[in-house]
Amino acid sequence: MSLSRFFDNRNVLGLLFMLPAGALLIVFLTYPLGLGTWLGFTDTKIGRDGVWVGLDNYEFLFGDSVARLSLFNTLFYTVVASVIKFVLGLWLALLLNKNLPFKAFLRAIVLLPFIVPTALSAIAFWWLYDAQFSVLSWALVKMGLITTYVDFLGEPWLARLSTIAANVWRGVPFVAITLLAGLQTIPASLYEAASLDGATEWQRFWHVTLPMLTPIIAVVMTFSVLFTFTDFQLIYVLTRGGPLNATHLMATLSFQRAIPGGALGEGAALATAMVPFLLAAILFSYFGLQRRAWQQGASDK
Amino acid sequence: MSEKEKAASEGGMDYLDSLPRRWVVTYIPVLVFLFVLLFPFYWMGMTAFKPDAELLSKAANPFWIHSPTLAHFEKLLFHTAYPDWMWNTIIVSVVSTFVSLISSVLAAYAIERLRFKGSRLTGMGIFLAYLVPPSILFIPLAAIVFKLGLFDTRWALILTYPTFLIPFCTWLLMGYFRSIPYELEECALIDGATRWQILVKIILPLAVPGLISAGIFAFTLSWNEFIYALTFVSSSEVKTVPVGVITELVEGDVYHWGALMAGALLGSLPVAVLYSFFVEYYVSGMTGAVKE
Repeated sequence: MSLSRFFDNRNVLGLLFMLPAGALLIVFLTYPLGLGTWLGFTDTKIGRDGVWVGLDNYEFLFGDSVARLSLFNTLFYTVVASVIKFVLGLWLALLLNKNLPFKAFLRAIVLLPFIVPTALSAIAFWWLYDAQFSVLSWALVKMGLITTYVDFLGEPWLARLSTIAANVWRGVPFVAITLLAGLQTIPASLYEAASLDGATEWQRFWHVTLPMLTPIIAVVMTFSVLFTFTDFQLIYVLTRGGPLNATHLMATLSFQRAIPGGALGEGAALATAMVPFLLAAILFSYFGLQRRAWQQGASDK
Repeated sequence: MSEKEKAASEGGMDYLDSLPRRWVVTYIPVLVFLFVLLFPFYWMGMTAFKPDAELLSKAANPFWIHSPTLAHFEKLLFHTAYPDWMWNTIIVSVVSTFVSLISSVLAAYAIERLRFKGSRLTGMGIFLAYLVPPSILFIPLAAIVFKLGLFDTRWALILTYPTFLIPFCTWLLMGYFRSIPYELEECALIDGATRWQILVKIILPLAVPGLISAGIFAFTLSWNEFIYALTFVSSSEVKTVPVGVITELVEGDVYHWGALMAGALLGSLPVAVLYSFFVEYYVSGMTGAVKE
């Protein structure tokens, strides 16, 4: 067999073509995934190799009130932010799907919050939330709604809600634009048929738009939940987990324990503890929504 | 197609709505959305050009600038390492985007068209890799980067960014390659072209929109990356813009809001400009990756 024939064999060539991507992904993705799980069972510190300690890290984290709080915060942050992002995103998508002047331009502008670096737009929010100079407080005071400036990031619950607002601001455009793409695939004839049968606008939305959109909603929300659950930069920039750890997410806490704190093993255990929740969230939003598509007679994808 | 039919196919049935109703149901909500989504950018711009005295006064109307200044930009460009960070971000983003694009083209072609043994499984693996978030990878990756002696170098970022770029680009390009008819390839094979020739001369020219989408998306993703850059790099000369602005422009309790906003504005500008030229490609990349 000549050399050129050998290289035209699909298995040989396939392997060769997969080599660069495969090598990078195995060394910097698959291996670290395994290593991270292993590190979680060791007491590795920065600059010192650890030894196997079994479930010690997990036991410690389970008894650690800050770690438990971070789990609560992460779930709260993810659920509240995802629900708001979905509702506002769907609404914005429906609005953009209407006959608007400058439609293309509007769609381009709307996506801006999603494309600029989150760390940098988070700085703008930090400034908007400033305890002394917040323009939001200024406006509220001038309108006579409040008398003292609001310390947006200083009170635990206020800080949680403020960070969620910033996350929603960044996430709504993604949800809206991807759902808009889904909306545009729904044939107008369906709506016309529905209104000839006397369906109101709400009925058209509930019985035509929503069922047709369900498969894409499932995918979009899966991604949205994934991004939100593992969010790091927004919290790191706005609060670093404060006040009183009230906004610490599992990702920011594992960074704090592992990198400035030096406890790589503990941090890795925290990060690994995110995986089951993540899988559950993915499965829930994917299959949960997928089933509704199937119940209503849409074909399986 | 008549005017009315065209309107119907574009905007559903809302051409039936009366004008006042359209204002309440559509235009006003859109304007509110736009205001909220764009206000932080307006505020960034305002703050970046405002002199400190105005920034800290509670009396003046904060929504306007009375005497604009470039002092914050001057401080940023000549008294901080900002130009270095910019340069690093450019190098890291460009190189990692190219590395990822090349690897992804080869991988996507192999999975989609060569159909080697196990290609379906590899495709699934790529999709799963796409779902692995950086925030659970950065700790073990830090250990690996350190062991390889890459800590605090640009290489640490150039080599780790492809972990989230390659799955995305490969997945996107697989979709594009799937839409190119097989017959073209068969013709070329019969005419004696090698697989490499087919890829370079037939598939790639047809997949240019896909390549642009993947490239733009990969570039913005690496420009915006934060957690790896924060963890794997510690000296000022190697930092990227997002990390440099967060870690070095915030000094103690006195925040230099003007300079911070100027930094945020300048750092957002390149992706915003690039995006404005390639909106369609960007959107099709984003929706394409979700729709598959």
